Amino acid sequence: MQQLVAVVIDGIIYSAWLFVAAVGLTLIYGVMKILNVAHGSFYALGAYAAASIAGALLAGGMPPMLSYAVLLGAALLVAIVLGPLIERGILRFMYARDEVVILLITYALFLILEDVIKLIWGVDPYFIAEPYGLLGSFDVADLTYPYYNLILVGVAIACGAGLAWTLTRTKTGKLLLAVIHDTEVSRAMGINVGRFYMVTFTFGSLLAAIGGAFTAPTVSVVPGLGVEVIVLSFAVVVIGGLGSLPGAALGAVIVGLVRSATIHYLPQAELFVIYLVMAMVLAFRPRGLFMLAEARKI
Amino acid sequence: MRPDRTPWVLGAILAVLLVVGPFAPLWVVFPVTIAIAKGLVALGLMILLRCGLVSFGQALYYCIGAYTAGMLGRVFELDGVFTLMLAGMAVAAATAYVLGFLLARYRGIFFGLLSLAFSMIFYGLLVKSETLGSTDGFNVLPSTLFGIRPADEWVRYAVLAAASSVAFVAALLVHRYLRTPLGSLAPAIKDNEIRVEYMGASARYAIHVKYVIAAALAGLGGGLAATTVGHIDPEMAYWTVSGEFVFITILAGTGNVIAPFLGALIFEGIRNVAFAVSPNTWQMVLGGALLAVIVFLPNGLWSLFRRGRAA
Amino acid sequence: MQRTRKLVASIAAAALCVPALAVAQDAAPIKVGVVTFLSGPAAGPFGVPARNAAEITIEMLNGGKVPKPYDQKGFGGARLQMVLVDESGGTTTQVTEFRNLVQRDNVDVVIGYISSGSCLGIAPVAEELKTLTVFFDCGTPRIFEERDYKYVFRTSSTATMDSVGAALYVKDLKPNAKVIAGLNQNYAWGQDSWGDFELSMKQIFPKIEVATSQMPKLFAGQYNAEISTLLNAKADVIHSSFWDGDLEAFILQAGPRGLFKRSVVVLTTGETAMYKLADKIPDGVVIGARGPYGPYAPDNELNKWYSATFQDRYNVPPNYAAYQMTQAILGTKAAWEKAQAANGGKRPSIDQVIAAFERLTFTGPGGEVRMAIGKGHQAITETAYGVTKKVGGKMTVANVKRYPAETVNPPDGVKAADWIKNGFKK
Repeated sequence: MQQLVAVVIDGIIYSAWLFVAAVGLTLIYGVMKILNVAHGSFYALGAYAAASIAGALLAGGMPPMLSYAVLLGAALLVAIVLGPLIERGILRFMYARDEVVILLITYALFLILEDVIKLIWGVDPYFIAEPYGLLGSFDVADLTYPYYNLILVGVAIACGAGLAWTLTRTKTGKLLLAVIHDTEVSRAMGINVGRFYMVTFTFGSLLAAIGGAFTAPTVSVVPGLGVEVIVLSFAVVVIGGLGSLPGAALGAVIVGLVRSATIHYLPQAELFVIYLVMAMVLAFRPRGLFMLAEARKI
Repeated sequence: MRPDRTPWVLGAILAVLLVVGPFAPLWVVFPVTIAIAKGLVALGLMILLRCGLVSFGQALYYCIGAYTAGMLGRVFELDGVFTLMLAGMAVAAATAYVLGFLLARYRGIFFGLLSLAFSMIFYGLLVKSETLGSTDGFNVLPSTLFGIRPADEWVRYAVLAAASSVAFVAALLVHRYLRTPLGSLAPAIKDNEIRVEYMGASARYAIHVKYVIAAALAGLGGGLAATTVGHIDPEMAYWTVSGEFVFITILAGTGNVIAPFLGALIFEGIRNVAFAVSPNTWQMVLGGALLAVIVFLPNGLWSLFRRGRAA
Repeated sequence: MQRTRKLVASIAAAALCVPALAVAQDAAPIKVGVVTFLSGPAAGPFGVPARNAAEITIEMLNGGKVPKPYDQKGFGGARLQMVLVDESGGTTTQVTEFRNLVQRDNVDVVIGYISSGSCLGIAPVAEELKTLTVFFDCGTPRIFEERDYKYVFRTSSTATMDSVGAALYVKDLKPNAKVIAGLNQNYAWGQDSWGDFELSMKQIFPKIEVATSQMPKLFAGQYNAEISTLLNAKADVIHSSFWDGDLEAFILQAGPRGLFKRSVVVLTTGETAMYKLADKIPDGVVIGARGPYGPYAPDNELNKWYSATFQDRYNVPPNYAAYQMTQAILGTKAAWEKAQAANGGKRPSIDQVIAAFERLTFTGPGGEVRMAIGKGHQAITETAYGVTKKVGGKMTVANVKRYPAETVNPPDGVKAADWIKNGFKK
């Protein structure tokens, strides 16, 4: 029983992390049909920006409690500078090309950004551990967890709920759904599709950067941070159904719980359990859990 | 109809490789051999790409080919370069035949990602197999040619000659295949699968066949890479390796069976130069070069050769 | 026994001084290929410190500024010229780059390789191309266990030493240990490290119980679930061969959850993280440095010079990867100059250098190195472990125990795993 509680808590924390890291990918795919490998770079950039900016401000005497806001600000900064730059500067000229060619362009961007990160921040690790322990911790089932993990869960819920609300309850969201369903007609009706693409890409990148920024306090920010996230988030959004917001949420929860259970009961299988889940889901639901012909995609 | 010049061009390339090989500096011979191995994999991917399918898990068969060659050497002490390559090809094709029943039902991104999942599961299994050295892998015996071990200074040339001969045969067969009714179905499947079915052909069957051929070529390339490099490890099945193969294929274009080999050669060349010129930022050079090719040559490198003729 | 060794060492040292008198006749530079990780996760903790070590060592050697017995310029008077290569990109790429180094750039010696996979892949190629190749850091004992090599040397001890040393230290620190647990990365290094440690513990404590062995994917980064299982294990000792980002993430995540309070944690490569995370590592964590390096380095002239010069240039103390790189270069220099002395002061052939390198004893900034096993191609060194202790806010190691080379390394010709299974028989 006690172990089961730990499985669920660990699973939920991991799911929250996965969801924030992956949801931007599904948003961008849903709207633009781009499987964005550079998503991992935005995650890494978010983490680097958060660690270096918050670190500098804390060293300059900022009250530690403000560091949570700084994490968010750092992610915003990364997305607002780089998102439009990449979308307007490169991607928009490529929309007529094959899906896979665009995927390769994002892969080339990923390679370039890896070295850009190295040129800016070097190879030494960055730490911004203060926010992790700042809020104290709680005890469950003989285990201690820092409250910060709840912040991560909160960020995940806020991201998911915020996205869902924007898409279904606001005018912008409805226009965006029109763009998703028929780009040509939307354009004919006077919707500025190019701007929607730019905003979507920036927003999707922002989500990746937030994922990185809020992970930064729990890890050491090092080169190669983004690589690991790419395939993991691919797996999550594919399990859920590419382009589906509830799918990404469900995918994250499934992967999170399965991984956590594996670690507790069968640690040897941790290495490939995620891909096993992905293969199983695709074998029985070839387009993922939430991707039906008539399903409403974001 | 224009006379088919491809077999002659292929033959000429083979002749050049065989004749120039002994005089080329050794540091050129090795990457060319590696490029042939990778070109074989890309050739298979090209067949799939022509019907609109992209596999992000082709490294699975590359790695199966390599491990088959390695295990044959380890367990049975076989070291004939052709035996190892053909064995790698056979095991890869057999695996693809089985997985093909599932994968032939998938299209688009899901085909790519399911094949990725399979390659990553195989990677995981190899990492877990500590008797095979886990991620460190193990050495492959130096290969022999029909039972003869060439003298040290001729080993590299012998492997190159064997590799280019095999690649020549493979490219020629694929070229022929693309002109058969089943082979020429590819663009039709890409455009409209329903019409293909109405014509009485089975798209799923055609894709299954293509998938097995692609895997066989990847296994061949893997076996060749194993004997050439002399060491194998599970990373050969990792998704980044698959990504590299896809990159080569797209870079090359689908115009001709020569294109994948050209793509592989240029990819290896760029990477080699990038390593030498900027050891600290070679990824950026590689990424920039690849981006430039995609942007300025929309139909791949092969379009450079087509342009003159189309005019 | 010990006395004979000292005698051999001093004879070797004396031999090294001879060429200093001979005037360098061959002034053609010696090209040294240096291969370490310049990108990816291994660059920060190992690759770049090792590159810095190579740069500064080669520069100082060329300037003749290294203390005795290494005060002669370059190798035997000939200047050194460094060709740098990134170790990333997998084995195929590395084999290609190694061939480029030898056949295109015509290097005389290659020094490098951090990943055991690279080392296993490169060794047969070095043999094929007849190129003197010195591995400086990679850990797997398989290299000289599976094959004999003529052209390949390794100047640092194998990973076996780290695990055996850790087990011996646990015996000294917690003689009543009953339950152990492990947290290691799921790849060759992690599997071997844990395998050797578990085996050694079972030899030392026949009744030891293994509560759990966690093997997360390499670079997973998120360890909450693993830490939960380790907390539940209530083990006396937790062994981890985590390195770099994974190690640091583990320390950051385990600290607030109280893992260090519940168990003694042994970090076999902890030295690369101990200064960076000084305020996050509590007192009493067992720290290893893969040999007598960093905080465990001996207090001799060479080390004083080395750590001061390195600190001065790069503003950080050299970590064990840096020590190992300098050790590899100095070892090659020692062999080269011994061969040159034997060759009448003329530039030696590679075969002569190899003959001099086999069974060589030399001194690095980490103390005495003996090329004693692997038919004279594999080094053994002493090792040391200690626990963290903050003194006036500064991170130091306390309760340091040193283990002589023979205690923690198998004898020549015996496989590491067999040696442990047979109860460390000499």
